[in-house]
Amino acid sequence: MKKRLLTGLLTLLMPALALAGEYDLTVDRVKIDTGDFVKEGIGYNGKSPGPVMRFKEGENVRINVTNNLDEMTSIHWHGLILPFEQDGVPGISFPGIKPGETFTYEFPIVQAGTYWFHSHSGFQEPDGAFGAIVIEPEGREPFRYDREYVVQLTDKHPHSGDRIMRNLKMMPDYYNRQQQTVGEFFSDASKNGLMNTIQDRMAWGDMRMMKADVEDVQGFTGMINGMGPEQNWTGLFEPGERIRLRFINSSAMTYFDVRIPGLGMTVVQADGNNVQPVNVDEFRIGVAETYDVIVRPRDAQAYTIFAESMGRSGYARATLAPEEGMAASVPPMRDAPRLTMADMSGMPGMDHGDMDHGDMTAQGDMDHSNMSDMDHSAMMEGGSDPFYAKGSGIAPAAANGGKFLSYADLKAQKPLYEEREPTREIELRLTGNMERYTWSINGVKYEDADPIRLKYGERVRFKFVNETMMTHPMHLHGMWSILDVGAGEWNPIKHTVSVQPGTTVYMETEVDAPGQWAFHCHLSYHAAAGMFRKVIVEGSPDTTQAKADVATEEGGDA
Amino acid sequence: MSRIRTFMAVSLLSPILLPGAAAAQEMIADTSARKQALTSWGVQFEELEYRYSDDDEELGVWNADFFYGTDDLKVRWLTKGEYAIEEQAYEGLENQLVGQIPISDFFDAKAGVRFDTPEGPDRTYAVLGVAGLAPQWFEIDANLYVSDEGDTSAELDAEYELLLTNYWILSATLDATVAFSEDREIGVGKGLVSTETGLRLSYDLVDRALSPYVGVVHERKYGDTADYAESEGGSTKDWFAVIGARIVF
Ligand SMILES: [Cu+2]
Repeated sequence: MKKRLLTGLLTLLMPALALAGEYDLTVDRVKIDTGDFVKEGIGYNGKSPGPVMRFKEGENVRINVTNNLDEMTSIHWHGLILPFEQDGVPGISFPGIKPGETFTYEFPIVQAGTYWFHSHSGFQEPDGAFGAIVIEPEGREPFRYDREYVVQLTDKHPHSGDRIMRNLKMMPDYYNRQQQTVGEFFSDASKNGLMNTIQDRMAWGDMRMMKADVEDVQGFTGMINGMGPEQNWTGLFEPGERIRLRFINSSAMTYFDVRIPGLGMTVVQADGNNVQPVNVDEFRIGVAETYDVIVRPRDAQAYTIFAESMGRSGYARATLAPEEGMAASVPPMRDAPRLTMADMSGMPGMDHGDMDHGDMTAQGDMDHSNMSDMDHSAMMEGGSDPFYAKGSGIAPAAANGGKFLSYADLKAQKPLYEEREPTREIELRLTGNMERYTWSINGVKYEDADPIRLKYGERVRFKFVNETMMTHPMHLHGMWSILDVGAGEWNPIKHTVSVQPGTTVYMETEVDAPGQWAFHCHLSYHAAAGMFRKVIVEGSPDTTQAKADVATEEGGDA
Repeated sequence: MSRIRTFMAVSLLSPILLPGAAAAQEMIADTSARKQALTSWGVQFEELEYRYSDDDEELGVWNADFFYGTDDLKVRWLTKGEYAIEEQAYEGLENQLVGQIPISDFFDAKAGVRFDTPEGPDRTYAVLGVAGLAPQWFEIDANLYVSDEGDTSAELDAEYELLLTNYWILSATLDATVAFSEDREIGVGKGLVSTETGLRLSYDLVDRALSPYVGVVHERKYGDTADYAESEGGSTKDWFAVIGARIVF
């Protein structure tokens, strides 16, 4: 009765939401076959990954989620802008979904693009609880394509999430099988000289840090759309067609370097937001990020989609082909990278060489017109990626010597927000201790931390300083993260921002969503170990101002 | 309970009362597992081996530890034993129960009790120690003991692992015990009591959970301790060939 009244009111209030879609999802125990091993996992509607949810911008969706597990569950709609009670983070947005219970999510779709959804409970997401979201825009896409595929990547591990966390706590290098060996000592010695090699080993030994700490969970099988390299997911095409590939990295822990040998890619969207097209040969996709690219194979031949992990400990592989059963060669993985002292330069008390980045980020005042001309572009010409520490051991390079996508290349297709000065800056140091496998923000783990309080209507500039030797994909729920690439109003809009070791990265947020939100590193075991915060947005659309806004919006839509 | 109910009610209403949604902000406190300290546990048999000495003595030896706790406080049970197979007697049998807290980035402090119950007289000790990772990757465990007889002693364990490959590992260990007073009843003289040096070559067969190894161990007693051992007809220097496995789960 009450509900019907509510729906009635809703329709009256929001005439734009004429469309309504109802969807059902079940959360189930499933079997996952990677081709290398078979394991028990968690999936949606009986499989992992779950279904591709297709929404329309402007539609009001209702999603009935039934929990068939014997434990609590939840679904978070990654990257979607929605009321906070619908965001699906237990303990922050809602209490969670009990075993046997059906929870109905209901929210308007106010955006378009490629996103994904996943469980925010325990380690259900690493165990397989995720799926893709594709949202068709209200208007026309600013680029053409003849067909599209979702390419959802993950890193499927034979161990359960709980087991992995426990092993990492017991032995932080449990999964690292790329450590430096005696053999590497001798090969380095013959390359760089004995004394240099000894000095190098001593320097790292003094810090008790490993140059091999690029990926802390290895031993996975890379998967694309639920298929391992041997199972070879295949997308069909007719020569000459433009194919839109919606890459989603649903990994628990793994960054992938993606290329399609023989094909150039045009990046048209990042994290669901259109960007000015960039032609690249390869790109790195951080955990939880999405990139849409357009490829145009002209020949009737097979092409390999090759995604090797950033640490080169595993890869995912799929094929684009004119007919089923065709395959192209699978390139070998490149050598495992080693961190350098430049990647350590973000650590307090460490001063290695001249750090341009340090200088660049030292400016504490809000003078951001200066920042806009920041030497990002200048540095690009030098061939190095400004989002990596200068001299970083993990700075990417394209396999064919061509163009590797940098954050600095991402420019918004259309600014979503008006340019304005941030009202304040919040510094978030990304901290941790690999030997204890603790991860934190400003040295404090989530369990001991107070929430970050923001005020509705302000524009906050977040300053991330990575003081660890690992890359952290930082994800703010509920609001957009405007990544400062030095492009002013053309700065790209993202939901997940990777912060490389030894670097400082800025993003700005228009605080336009009241409620409580999660903010965390999207590496599953980093978040679980404490690199997590609650964000409280205090205040609400101010009576007068807010009403005016709503009125104009309604007028526009109607 | 009532908190959750209030929250649910507000969440139902919020679509129409959007400006009012702010009132819901303080409603829900995070009581999920994520907000609790992460507890963890583990079992580690650093040594589980068969030793064969140059005097044809055969020993079964273990050195294991079980822990449960959080980053801030762990409870640890350490157990060590040497069982003489022919004599069917424990040459050494010690158990420690300690609480452990972090004191620096790489080191923990430990405090607790130790019970020695080999063949012969028993001893109970108070234990105070530090354990952690020293620069250059030396694993260090240093302890101070005070026995119920009032005798004090100290023990230092150090270990270094050399990666021949990422699966073949050569590990070197050194244990040394020093007594600050003599405890004749258990055959301990003042000064350096004993050392045990080992070299083991292991292979990670199943992840890091099962790593079989072979190696050599040298045990030596010093000073008065050596004299006491000799007068009892025991040896003071022993070489052992060892075969065993490291087990972690
Ligand atoms: Cu992280």
